[in-house]
Amino acid sequence: MKARVFITLKNGVLDPQGKAIHHALEGLGFTGVNDVRAGKMIELDLADGTSNEAIEEMCRKLLANTVIENFRIERLEVVEA
Amino acid sequence: MRSAVVVFPGSNCDRDVAVALEQVTGRRPVMIWHRETELPDGTDFIGLPGGFSYGDYLRSGAMAARSPIMRAVSEAASRGVPVIGICNGFQVLTESGLLPGALMRNAGLKFVCRNVALKVENSQSMFTAQYDAGETISLPVAHHDGNFQADEGTLDRLEGEGRVAFRYLEECNGSARNIAGILNDAGNVLGLMPHPERVIEPAHGGTDGRRLFEGLLETVYA
Repeated sequence: MKARVFITLKNGVLDPQGKAIHHALEGLGFTGVNDVRAGKMIELDLADGTSNEAIEEMCRKLLANTVIENFRIERLEVVEA
Repeated sequence: MRSAVVVFPGSNCDRDVAVALEQVTGRRPVMIWHRETELPDGTDFIGLPGGFSYGDYLRSGAMAARSPIMRAVSEAASRGVPVIGICNGFQVLTESGLLPGALMRNAGLKFVCRNVALKVENSQSMFTAQYDAGETISLPVAHHDGNFQADEGTLDRLEGEGRVAFRYLEECNGSARNIAGILNDAGNVLGLMPHPERVIEPAHGGTDGRRLFEGLLETVYA
C-alpha cells in the first residue's frame, strides 16, 4: 500500500516561501491570488496493513516538525488490475 | 576539558570549532562521526558545529537530529554536560527537542552572511560568564534558516526565565523577538545562530567569540 503525507505550515506561521511564490504569480500577471502557502508531500510505500497509528508516529517523530507544521495522511489502497 | 565535536555529513564548521576549543583549552577535541553511538568516556563538553548536515534534507537539522550519536548527546545533556550548537548545530538541537522552538527560512529569503551586532541578554550562564549583561558584541552569521520561531507562551517563558542568551540588535532573519541564541531550562545547552568560533583571534577580524569558550573553561572546568 501507499500513503501520502501532506505537510503544511500551521496557521499563523509566517511562510516566506509562499509569499515569494505569491509575488512571482503577481509578477506574471495572475490576479486574484489572495494568499499562497507552500508545503510538501511525501509518498510512502508501505507494507500492507501498516496502521494509521504507525504512520502518525512517523510524522510526529520525523516527517513533520509539529512545532511549526501540521500533517495529514492519505492512504492510497492499491487497486488490483 | 575533554571536549568532543560531532561531525555530520555536510558539517563544515567542525574544524573551526575544534581549532577554537584547542586554542582556548589547550587540548584538541575528539572528532566524533555521527554514526558513533557513544561519546568517549569522560567527555565533558560537546560541540555541534555549523554546516549543512545531510544537505538540509527534509528540514535543516532534521536528519542529523535522528542520527545515532544524538542519543548519546541527549543522554549527556540530561546529565548536565555542557552542549553548544552553533548555526546548523542550533537547528539540530531544536529538531532533537533539546531546545524549544524551530528555525525557519529567513524572512527575507536570502542567505545572510555578515557580522551582526548582538546584545548579551544573560551574562550568568556558563557560556556567557565572561560577557557583561547588556554588552554589545559582534559575531558573524552565515545562514539561510535562522528565523527562530516559537509560540508566544514559549517565548514568554524563555524571556521570563532568562533563557534568551543573545539577541540581534539589528534585523537579521525575522526571528521572533530578535532572538539569536537560547538556553535550555537547566542552562547547560546553548544554541545560537551566530558563529563565536569564527572570531577568536585578532586575525579573524574580531575576538568577541573567544570569551564564550574562555568563560566556559573558567566557570565549569576551573
